[in-house]
Amino acid sequence: MRTPVFLLIWLVICAAVFVAALALGNDYIFFAGYVVLQYVVLGTAWNILGGYCGYVNFGSAAFFALGAYSTVAIYRLITEHEFYRMPIPVLMLIGGVVSGIVGFGMGYLTLRLRGAFFAIATLALAVVLQTLVVNWDYVGGSRGAYIIRPEQIAPFGNYIRYLFLIMMLLAVAAITTARLIEHSRLGYGFASIRDDELAAEASGVPTLRLKLIATTISGALMGMAGAPFPYYIGYLQPSSTFGLDYAVNSIAMPLIGGTTSWVGPLIGALLLGSLQQIATVTISSAVNLLIVGFLLVIFVVIAPNGIIGLIHTYLQRKPEDFVGRRRVEAEMPGQVP
Amino acid sequence: MIAAGPSNANGASANGAAPALLEIENLGKRFGGFVALENISLSVPPGERLGLIGPNGSGKSTLVNCICGTLRNEQGTVQFGGQRLDGLQAHQRTHLGLARSFQLPRPFVSLTLADNIRIPLLYTVATRRGSHHAAHEIEDRCGALLCQVGLGDKARRLPRDLTQVEMRKLELARAMAAEPKLLIADEAMAGLTHSEIEDILSLLFRLNEQGVTIILIEHIMSAVMSFSRRLIVLVSGRKIADGMPDDVMRDPEVERAYLGQ
Amino acid sequence: MVFSFDLLINAVVSGILIGGFYAAVTSGVSLSFGILDIVNIAHPAFIILGSYIAYIANATLGIDPILAAIVMMPVFYVLGAAIYQVYYVSFEKRGQESLRGLAFFFGLLFITEVTLVLYFGVDYRYVEARYIGPSWHFAMLDIPLRILVPCLVSLVLTASLQIFLTRSFLGRAIMAVAQDQLALRLMAVDPIKIKRIAFGISIATASLAGAFLIIIQPVEPSVGREYIGRIFAICVLGGMGSLPGTVIAAMLLGIVESLTSTFYGPSWAPAVSFGFLLLTLAVRPAGLLGR
Repeated sequence: MRTPVFLLIWLVICAAVFVAALALGNDYIFFAGYVVLQYVVLGTAWNILGGYCGYVNFGSAAFFALGAYSTVAIYRLITEHEFYRMPIPVLMLIGGVVSGIVGFGMGYLTLRLRGAFFAIATLALAVVLQTLVVNWDYVGGSRGAYIIRPEQIAPFGNYIRYLFLIMMLLAVAAITTARLIEHSRLGYGFASIRDDELAAEASGVPTLRLKLIATTISGALMGMAGAPFPYYIGYLQPSSTFGLDYAVNSIAMPLIGGTTSWVGPLIGALLLGSLQQIATVTISSAVNLLIVGFLLVIFVVIAPNGIIGLIHTYLQRKPEDFVGRRRVEAEMPGQVP
Repeated sequence: MIAAGPSNANGASANGAAPALLEIENLGKRFGGFVALENISLSVPPGERLGLIGPNGSGKSTLVNCICGTLRNEQGTVQFGGQRLDGLQAHQRTHLGLARSFQLPRPFVSLTLADNIRIPLLYTVATRRGSHHAAHEIEDRCGALLCQVGLGDKARRLPRDLTQVEMRKLELARAMAAEPKLLIADEAMAGLTHSEIEDILSLLFRLNEQGVTIILIEHIMSAVMSFSRRLIVLVSGRKIADGMPDDVMRDPEVERAYLGQ
Repeated sequence: MVFSFDLLINAVVSGILIGGFYAAVTSGVSLSFGILDIVNIAHPAFIILGSYIAYIANATLGIDPILAAIVMMPVFYVLGAAIYQVYYVSFEKRGQESLRGLAFFFGLLFITEVTLVLYFGVDYRYVEARYIGPSWHFAMLDIPLRILVPCLVSLVLTASLQIFLTRSFLGRAIMAVAQDQLALRLMAVDPIKIKRIAFGISIATASLAGAFLIIIQPVEPSVGREYIGRIFAICVLGGMGSLPGTVIAAMLLGIVESLTSTFYGPSWAPAVSFGFLLLTLAVRPAGLLGR
């Protein structure tokens, strides 16, 4: 399936979902849905480095938070100097660029480390970034930052609907990007790095360059997911924005859904995200992490290939039919670095 | 010790043949206190069929790793096609035309055999010839290479379905896919039957005829003797012999150290 | 920033003492990560579990927390052995320990932490004992006993562990399993069993470390998270499995943290350990006394 067709199909699905949500008449669905869609982006972004390349990033929260805090910084700038309010898509772009640059930098510092050390280094980096932000008073420091969300925006009505729509479009962009990578030369390169980095080097794959590309794209997407967050939540607090909770979710969702393809994080985020939203409403929000922890452990032990793997076993097909289904599309060769 | 034929300062043989493709001078490598390689010098002219033998642990694979960039040698230099390889990453050396198979096969386990071959084609060959390599050409080349090593019917399978022997063939095919000027085959024939060895040997001979320089690292003496035009013996990290195969085999030091009395 | 010699000396001494405690906290990870190559990122959660068990024993039965922890060590050992068995069967055997093994422990971290939150709430808990409260005054030094006692017992623990690893057959087998499993098998020793025992010991140390923690400071479930960085920083800086190195690195970290906290304020403290870690990884991954 060519990419434009893929995009079109998903845009139609998005429109349908949006209309259906409007029809439900309760704006809460937009609040809850926003969080789920946010996780689609985070999970997909994580999977590009984690699932495709095999490098586990514990610092997802840092990239997410950087996107959020760049929005706060710009908001402060604007309200102090009374410029017009910057539209969210532009904020996303800025957040994406900031996080992308940091992603590149993080990669440059840490990608020479082998597996476990890389993971720990990402955790360390996240905390260092958090400490820097907490001590930076311009964005509120440890007291947090307030963003005043507009009540209404034409033609959507409640502002939250606008946020929901934007996050939905970002989610489509994320899965399209992931799918593009998968089916390109880059995707093969990532897979070779994941399977055996030494052999990949010997085969001529420029592993460091590819890994840097992965961390940059992954970080940028996470930053874009974080950029609208201050408008969503109204009050940004560093301890929760940088929290380990984002890390565990962005790791759990692809692992539960399946790491070998863009479908995995999507399924994982939709299922796990919805489950958490329901649990928050019915029981408590602390239970969320318990659910994630349990599901993560259970899936990783029993179903290492995730839900995708389970579906294929159930349908009596061997997972390698799916894994091996990498096609280099005719228009693609040589175009992706 | 028997040396190679007379050569002049820049490595060219005295009879005026082309300068060496691979030139190694005083290469040394230690792991902590353990000296893996000491003072290795050798010169490989283009088109050569070089055999490298030695007991287990003598440093053969370490030498290959140093040449190919997987390990960094502390001492000495490696030159390929007149260019010094110091500081070059392994993938850059592969782009220059150096390829190797691993002694213990390292396939890409989540990719099919065809995709295993595709990696070097996409990342080494395609970058050399420019970026207009049609997808179906690559597909055909994958199939052709797999057929050459006798794995053509298993193109869609995963490496975990292969026997050890088949994995070695995949290793070799993957190294060949990089279209190297110099191919180092590190114990590619371990465990093969006599006729399979013959097949691989004829494959290597064909490659050599097409101009690929080959370094064969093997324990199977019959294969080494029939294939090599020149033979190098490594014992405990040192080169103790370098010359025509028959001469080397008769060298008393080689007999003592490697072959037994 | 008010600089005075008194403040400096006390900060340094305090750092050394805390460092002793950090050494005990890290000794378990030196075993599991440094020697066995298992990235047990959930180790701090087990320490917190140990803290809460010490708290229960102390609050309901009035038992000294360190005593309670020692009594609980066999239980923690069994827990560790069981966890390793699952880890081995699910990941090590399949060669998937890098991604999924890591995720497994990450999941355990959250399960433990949230279960404690659900059961105990997020209030800070503390223990009471005779040595909590009084301080030793020695010239210009002001040493709280609640830090001194855990530090001393920590050093005893670490020393005992070191003696065990270097002098006993089992201990040396554990050191050997990191380097040459085949040789062990040839000596009719099952490397898997050795690793299971070692991991069990690693978790058992968490019981004691937990008691130390709740003596030094009040504890609530998320306190463990700030220790993740400290533990791995010390482990790497100390040379991955070298217990003497761990002690030195722990004290170094303790001193730097203490100085930073005293003169720059505690909000910079988390960055110290994690920054240390990054620096070590970047500059000298083999650590101070590395292998």
